[in-house]
Amino acid sequence: MSLPTPPQSVAPSQFKRYLTLYAALWRNSVVREMTFKGNFLMWIFVEILWFALQLSFIGVIYLHTEHIGDWTKWEVVMLVGASHFIQQMFQAFFLTNCVQLSELVRTGRLDFMLLLPVNTRFLISLRQVDLGGFVNGMLGLAVMAYSGHQLGLTVPIERAIGFLFLCGAGVFIHYSLMFLLSSVAFWTVRAQGIVWGYYNLFNIARLPDGAFKGGFRIFFRFLIPMLLVANVPVKLLIHRLESSWEMLLLVAMSLACFAVSELFWQYSIRRYTSASA
Amino acid sequence: MNKYWHVIKIGIQNTLVYRTNFLFRAGFSLVPLMATILLWRTIYAQSSGMVGSYTLDGMISYYLLITIVDALTAVNEDDWQIASDIKDGNISQFLLKPIDYMSYRLCLFFSGRIVFTVLSVLPVGLFIFYWREQLTAPPDLPTFGWFLISTALAGMLQFMMSFIMALLAFWLLEVSTVIFIVFAFEYIAGGHLFPLNILPAPLAQFLNYTPFPYQLFFPVSIYLGQARGADLWRGLALQTAWVAIFYVLARAVWNRGIRKYAAVGG
Repeated sequence: MSLPTPPQSVAPSQFKRYLTLYAALWRNSVVREMTFKGNFLMWIFVEILWFALQLSFIGVIYLHTEHIGDWTKWEVVMLVGASHFIQQMFQAFFLTNCVQLSELVRTGRLDFMLLLPVNTRFLISLRQVDLGGFVNGMLGLAVMAYSGHQLGLTVPIERAIGFLFLCGAGVFIHYSLMFLLSSVAFWTVRAQGIVWGYYNLFNIARLPDGAFKGGFRIFFRFLIPMLLVANVPVKLLIHRLESSWEMLLLVAMSLACFAVSELFWQYSIRRYTSASA
Repeated sequence: MNKYWHVIKIGIQNTLVYRTNFLFRAGFSLVPLMATILLWRTIYAQSSGMVGSYTLDGMISYYLLITIVDALTAVNEDDWQIASDIKDGNISQFLLKPIDYMSYRLCLFFSGRIVFTVLSVLPVGLFIFYWREQLTAPPDLPTFGWFLISTALAGMLQFMMSFIMALLAFWLLEVSTVIFIVFAFEYIAGGHLFPLNILPAPLAQFLNYTPFPYQLFFPVSIYLGQARGADLWRGLALQTAWVAIFYVLARAVWNRGIRKYAAVGG
């Protein structure tokens, strides 16, 4: 199946068109979520429970130690909060959409998306918004604020903006890696195992990088940058950055991850043969 | 009996379809496990050498054993499949056939665990080999025997509890939230995240009277020689009691559910 390549450069008017499109997708999602209010609230509760579980793990560890590497208790709590915030933002914008890619391939519904006059990756990645993610993301921020209070931390506005920007880069890393893994669906139809596997990587993002040395640390900073995603933004807040090149590294890795996922996507879509009749 | 043997054989063939999925699952779950072990190693390097009653080797052994027992006993697809069998009306056929649905699912659970265990031998085996210096042996052979028995009971307990959760699909449209909520409790109170006996004593004592530690933590504590003498017998008695209670409960819930069942789609 040969495809017209979507326009790669996005002119200002194009940009406006995509913005309007995205607004429509938002409206759809809000309507969809509000149809099942009970379910919507239950999922928020599930996420809160799992967040509490992660925090209690930290609580139990610090019953038995004062430091992990050079991280104190409230610093790690802040890290878990930040990691939750980043993960929930990723979930709000991208997760459901990435997960559904394998279903689109399996059922052949991807055909219709390829025919629409928009960038296919844009449409696949942003089709649905998971509103619960925003609620839970705020909870992550609240936990961060509390731990910041415990640490006696004051955050000037430009540092807060820097933090949010770095979180954005973190979300982008999660998205690019997840999209990359989801694209494996073009090779094996049963891709759920792979998607599930990504949850295991999330677990690493909320651990303090000071706990790791050697190969593990290098692997999860320079290859799969999980130890950067939440660690670097928090280290900016608590003045723990080894140097500002750590921030640069995070941004560079997020661009690199996106580039790899885009290359793989282009390669995969060329392989796509429709499943339906 | 013969027919259930057939179910097991068919179950093995069916789950083999998911072999890449299982392999990924087993492989990926080693990543956070590695992170947790390294995290504890850093903590031990900075402390006096003991956390609760655990040496570093004891702690590493704990997590390795949790991984093994989990591979042998965890329910992974079964509860979703049961719930969708009910929702899609697939259980109608079981009401007509001379086959008991719960026994049928138990056979499928059993075959699923066989396939998963065989597939995870390679990744988990390599991982354990890497940490072989740290893995402690059980104190003696009878202890190892009780560990195996307790592991089997843990598998039964996990199955019964998941079965009951899935049966809620008779009444609820969406059971996945309930499953995830119970899973969260199993995850923390079952000893997945950390050994329960490093908790403050009253809390650990309290947890011993809930079913969760008997899903995972208890067999591991037998292996490590922590549950012995009177503790061992009391634990095994409680574990058996929980299996029995959930078995009776599962039967009762099934009987009520069947009366409510409307065979949508059929």
